[in-house]
Amino acid sequence: MSMMEFKAVCKDYRKKTALSGVSFTVAKGSIYGLLGRNGAGKTTLVNMADNRDFPTSGQVLLDGENIKENDKALRRIYCSGVEELIPTYMSVKEVLASMRFFYKDCDADYATELCKRFGLDPKKKLSQLSTGYRMIAKDIFALASGAEFIFMDEPTLGLDPNHRELLYKVILERFSETEAAFVISTHQIDECAGLFERCLIIKEGQLIANEDSDKLRRSAYVAEGKTVDVEAYIAGKEVLSCESVGSFSTACVKGEPQNVPDSIEISQPSLQQLLIALTGGGE
Amino acid sequence: MGANYPSFNDTEPLYIQIAQWLEDKIVTGQLGTDEQIPSTTELSQRLRINPATVRKGVTILVDKGLVYKKRGMGMYVAENANKNVRDDRRVKFYDDYIKPLIAEAERLGISPEDIIDMLKGGDGK
Repeated sequence: MSMMEFKAVCKDYRKKTALSGVSFTVAKGSIYGLLGRNGAGKTTLVNMADNRDFPTSGQVLLDGENIKENDKALRRIYCSGVEELIPTYMSVKEVLASMRFFYKDCDADYATELCKRFGLDPKKKLSQLSTGYRMIAKDIFALASGAEFIFMDEPTLGLDPNHRELLYKVILERFSETEAAFVISTHQIDECAGLFERCLIIKEGQLIANEDSDKLRRSAYVAEGKTVDVEAYIAGKEVLSCESVGSFSTACVKGEPQNVPDSIEISQPSLQQLLIALTGGGE
Repeated sequence: MGANYPSFNDTEPLYIQIAQWLEDKIVTGQLGTDEQIPSTTELSQRLRINPATVRKGVTILVDKGLVYKKRGMGMYVAENANKNVRDDRRVKFYDDYIKPLIAEAERLGISPEDIIDMLKGGDGK
């Protein structure tokens, strides 16, 4: 099975280190969630996947070959993002036609079908589309690209709930048909949680988790009770976050609950709650 | 979890909830004996859940002998599936329903007699 490998990828900008030594692999036949806070390095990482940006050190490999200025490899990778890289005077149809020069397996018929399902007029110029529809157009380019490794950076940005639902369905359809690897960065975590087989969590330029979604969710638990009881219970444990309201406290604790006293109630966090705890709370 | 029909909860692993959802269909007869259950692909798209997770859920039913595989055709509901799920759930009925009921009744100070009265259709007052 083909795979992409990010090997100790670092990216330094003049004033800031965006990525410091990020390593992971992306295999065909899996959908990955790329999660993290604003500015954590998700977009920088996606940009490394198709030569929009280059690592300061480290490598990105496809089946063992460095993808840097490697057209053969790059034809198998498609990245769509929030930034405007496609000229907006082009119509959806024109973009698709031009994509075929690079992406030989780009499927225009399939793209037309998707346009119909999303209610997007392919004759419209990108500049004529609303924010939501411009995003949908980019999502359609990614889905129809025929690439084996598809990176989608915040594909639901600006989409209404109906379109988000449809997008999730379409991604799963395409995934079942093509077995392409999908790497999806998003902040709609609870909505997307079921979509991801694995989650990659980035915090301040570092990969802090690369785990099966279910296992990740069960890697921590929530303990709730009177503050005195909670404080006594969590003493000496790895506490990810703790918040109090009145005389009660809720703590998110790593590991599995053991020897829980009656005064403490235990529950499972959602993926979103866990992510917030792992990446530094809400404030 | 907004993206899923039905709404699955955050408490239990998704694949277990998928298995329970399919078992519900068997208990209520929506999926009858020898009837085909939807494919992993169909379920994945319908539930907006990764096929790997769906497969894990269906495997639970296979392991319990509730569904059987027809080569190249898909999965079908086994003959005694309905009875087996019901038997299985009867065993768990005490833990799943009675225990939390007793716990809540104790918190509220509802006596066992009142509970019995309610079960028989009274209002417990």
